[in-house]
Amino acid sequence: MIAKVGLDGHDRGAKVVARCLRDAGMDVVYTGLHRTPEEVVAAAVQEDVDVLGVSLLSGAHMTLIPRIVALMRAADAGDMLLVVGGVIPDEDVPALCALGAADVILQDTPPEVVARRVRALVAARQPRR
Amino acid sequence: MFDADAIERIKAMRRDWEANELREFLARQPESRSEYRTGSGLPVERVYTPADIADTGFEEIGLPGRYPFTRGPYPTMYRGRLWTMRQIAGYGTGSDTNARFHYLIAQGQTGLSVDFDMPTLMGYDSDDPRAVGEVGREGVAVDTLDDVEALFAGIDLERISVSMTINPTAWILLAMYVALARSRGDDPNKLSGTCQTDILKEYIAQKEWIFPIRPSLRLVRDMIVYCAEHMARYNPINISGYHISEAGATPVQEVAFTIANAIAYVEEVTRAGVPVDRFAPRLAFYFIAQADFFEEVAKFRAARRIWAKLMKARFGAAQAESMRLRFHCQTAAATLTKAQPMNNIVRTALQALAAVLGGAQSLHTNGLDEAYAIPSELAMKIALRTQQIIADETRVTAVVDPLGGSYYVEALTSRIEAEVAAILRKVDALGGTVKAIEEGYFQREIADSAYAQARRKASGAEPVIGVNKFVEPPAPGAVEIHRVDPAVEARQIERLRATRASRDHARVAALLERLAREAADPAVNLIPVTIELVEARASMGEIVGRLRHVWGQYVETPVF
Repeated sequence: MIAKVGLDGHDRGAKVVARCLRDAGMDVVYTGLHRTPEEVVAAAVQEDVDVLGVSLLSGAHMTLIPRIVALMRAADAGDMLLVVGGVIPDEDVPALCALGAADVILQDTPPEVVARRVRALVAARQPRR
Repeated sequence: MFDADAIERIKAMRRDWEANELREFLARQPESRSEYRTGSGLPVERVYTPADIADTGFEEIGLPGRYPFTRGPYPTMYRGRLWTMRQIAGYGTGSDTNARFHYLIAQGQTGLSVDFDMPTLMGYDSDDPRAVGEVGREGVAVDTLDDVEALFAGIDLERISVSMTINPTAWILLAMYVALARSRGDDPNKLSGTCQTDILKEYIAQKEWIFPIRPSLRLVRDMIVYCAEHMARYNPINISGYHISEAGATPVQEVAFTIANAIAYVEEVTRAGVPVDRFAPRLAFYFIAQADFFEEVAKFRAARRIWAKLMKARFGAAQAESMRLRFHCQTAAATLTKAQPMNNIVRTALQALAAVLGGAQSLHTNGLDEAYAIPSELAMKIALRTQQIIADETRVTAVVDPLGGSYYVEALTSRIEAEVAAILRKVDALGGTVKAIEEGYFQREIADSAYAQARRKASGAEPVIGVNKFVEPPAPGAVEIHRVDPAVEARQIERLRATRASRDHARVAALLERLAREAADPAVNLIPVTIELVEARASMGEIVGRLRHVWGQYVETPVF
């Protein structure tokens, strides 16, 4: 699932990534814009997704990502992988990973590399119950 | 421009050149690509001659300040007055941004441009749960008239023009601006500036919306009509291609979709019974300056010619001012890279030069740290200096439309005009702009172009220095970035609460009821009641929230 949270309307990257992953053979759900963390996590749980990709270009990632992580834990979706993308300063990457993001994919990452990293994450994960 | 015999002689000369010099040279040294194209994907010839513009009469090129305005909206262009150097700024509270404005004016900036934070753009108060983490971050936070007072403290609104980048809530900001001017005793007819207001491109590209399309268009109409009556020097709308391009559209699509939106606005206002020449002179445009240098110059020239012809033929405009396209320009943020960020200064300078050679009326140059955060003070200063160097050192301002008459630029200008016309016919065939938005036509076209460009960058077919060519290992801490004050949200909420505590609640409640009543009648202009509301210190969230009950919300069907 590719998700846009908060009021940020920049969806070019999210849509290009969604399409690249679909072209790479994955099933992709795109949430559309302006979703709350609650809406995104509920949708991800409902769809039982392997990977939740959250795109943020608004600078609000250090507020919204912790909220998403907490909601994922509360929903017992601990084996769902969270990937963050968008405009993220390098200094925030370790903090996002410490919070529980499986990967942070930064600007200018080529589409094939995004698909490869997502596949690698899923392959490395413990088999799902 | 050339008689038929001359064109035949030129064609014969070219055939001879191809058979001799060219063939021989290619045999020794092949060209680096099998085909060459513009940023829009239009084919590019090796060299251009008068034969390529044989069908373009000189009347199509003409003279500056005269129909069809291909060469510029004014006869003397930058010899008479330079473009307005208008760097956008906005962060934190009104007084935080006010300090940046005073800094920019001290550095020689000649107009102001305000960026608002996401909650303000989307109509949420700073204490709304949806605003958490976004208050004062990407722009300045505005909840009530008190914030606008702080924003413009010490700035003479009759002397400096102010551009406000705001769309679904634009009419509230216009009301606040008028209320502030009135409270200072300024004459609204002397206020100059622009509100972006272009809601249609939001559904297409930038994706900041609140209400469904029809009531949103009505708000735009109300602003245009109000300004035509009360604010003689104010541009109530800035019809924008910038965001369409940034979302992925090609330059041809940028112009076509922007003009399609403009057509919808003109139709909306004329339907209300306002003659086209009453309001068209104050319609302003906003385009991007992308990386393909000559295509961008041709694009600006083509846009002016298309608009002039359209206003005359389609809408029966009679005054030259109604046909004269004026535009603000911004360099292309999405071309800027996180890798090797100093390269962004060079990219921006070249894009800015294209804007100037294309005849822009005002210009924003992006900060080198665009791919990191909103710009630091240093990044903004370098961006402003870039414009000042073009203006004062290069001497490109001495001649109007210096690329006019270039066989290539003229051929490309005509080609872009034809391509845009084809798209406009398609939009008409779909039932017009609003119908095309509802059917996702523009959105799909943009998504396809964005995807195609991502593939070209990934394959290296579209080189990006530092990203897919001449790559270096990342250098941590390459630039100093703007950090948001973590206390800003609390400070802003404190301000909002203080305003709420000191106002006349019964008056605000009564005005909100009047707003709801008037909103239900499409014939009423909503600007007067909104001015009264903001004067009574109603907040943006309250005004928008009340209208959401009347009109509902827009729901997008996303396409990717």
